Amino acid sequence: MLTKRIIPCLDIKDGRTVKGINFINIRDAGDPVELGAAYAEQGADELVFLDISATNEKRKTLAHLVKEIAAHVNIPFTVGGGISSIADVEPLLEAGADKVSINSAAVKNPILIDQLAKAFGSQFVVLAIDARKMGNQWTVHTHGGSQPTEKKLFSWSKEGQDRGAGEILFTSMDHDGTKSGFAIDPLTKLSELLRIPVIASGGAGRKEDFLEAFVVGKADAALAATLFHFGEIKIPDLKNYLKNNGVPSRI
Amino acid sequence: MKVAVIKYNAGNIRSVAFALERLAVDFSITDNPEELKSADKVIFPGVGEASNTMKYLKDTQLDRVIRSLTQPVLGICLGMQLMCKHSDENNTPCLGIFDETVTLFQPAHNEKVPHMGWNSLALTKGCLPADVDDQFVYFVHSYYVPVNQHTSAITNYVQPFSSAMRKNKFFAVQFHPEKSAKVGEKILTSFLSLE
Repeated sequence: MLTKRIIPCLDIKDGRTVKGINFINIRDAGDPVELGAAYAEQGADELVFLDISATNEKRKTLAHLVKEIAAHVNIPFTVGGGISSIADVEPLLEAGADKVSINSAAVKNPILIDQLAKAFGSQFVVLAIDARKMGNQWTVHTHGGSQPTEKKLFSWSKEGQDRGAGEILFTSMDHDGTKSGFAIDPLTKLSELLRIPVIASGGAGRKEDFLEAFVVGKADAALAATLFHFGEIKIPDLKNYLKNNGVPSRI
Repeated sequence: MKVAVIKYNAGNIRSVAFALERLAVDFSITDNPEELKSADKVIFPGVGEASNTMKYLKDTQLDRVIRSLTQPVLGICLGMQLMCKHSDENNTPCLGIFDETVTLFQPAHNEKVPHMGWNSLALTKGCLPADVDDQFVYFVHSYYVPVNQHTSAITNYVQPFSSAMRKNKFFAVQFHPEKSAKVGEKILTSFLSLE
């Protein structure tokens, strides 16, 4: 049976992981390669590396880092952050990334999704969408969730699918960092609307939140960052909990 | 031991190369017919679309080279599908090593396509190491090979399909051992240690 995926997300700045990371048995908590390998060892199903470097100059080091990750990590991983063209993607693919995620650049220039899907295949393209509820509409935001756009979550995700995105990574800005649970209602609606996998992101605080995202939200995968980095929830515990509650999980 | 990875326009050659490096295996990535024929093991990777890759294999005559190989050959993902007789993906005649037709998943209960993520193996013949039975491996594919007389592992998605096959020295897996953590490493190691 196809299992639900648990995905730790690591923010990278200038080649190092940011946000505090408090991991047992890690020599260098700032080293994305070592952390990624440790998560793979713990049973993470995939990894996401998000480059939040401020300048293009600094981002150029990313391909080198991706190569190191690909050499040492034996599970699939996605690389995102500042990707705006096929030229940005080629070195990442060449370095061994399994998927790339695009966000603001796709909102600004939706045809980027078509171009990437055509050049590299849909399985390579993750459309990341940051949205916040404004009135009764889930409004897409760009630039790390700071800028509202004209786009709405459901129509944009459907458009992304039709243009060739292979997965949707939906982050609720309203829930991100609150540890109060994922945004279940829009998640359920998204999962039913789309025929490509949906990754839930933003709001995880307890194991129960993941269970709800999978069972009620019908998500295919769930992503979290600090929760895992600080060891508040350990991946083997989480997966055992999910399995015991009837969610197909890779143990 | 000499391991050759077939060099062609496929997407995951780099990932296969990294996996072999992690296993400390000496290998070359090549499209040289003599080098392929003289290797002890050949790996035929693949991520991409069937008709374009078959066209490339024909244009470079690699299709004939692959069919003529007599040492153990492992096809991965699209590599497995191209080893079949025909793919419904853009109605493509393939290598015909396995007498099967590759078919698109037709979801019966709103299953997502592609089949993406970790799913389990049920071994039907002793081609894969026994201890990977019921273990999880990583899949990404929209087309599948039906269960047939050469099936050596079955996975369930929409319906049971061939996740591994074997015919003589030709081995094929639909999943990505190079991305399947320790289970994948075990499967690669087992293939590389074949006589």
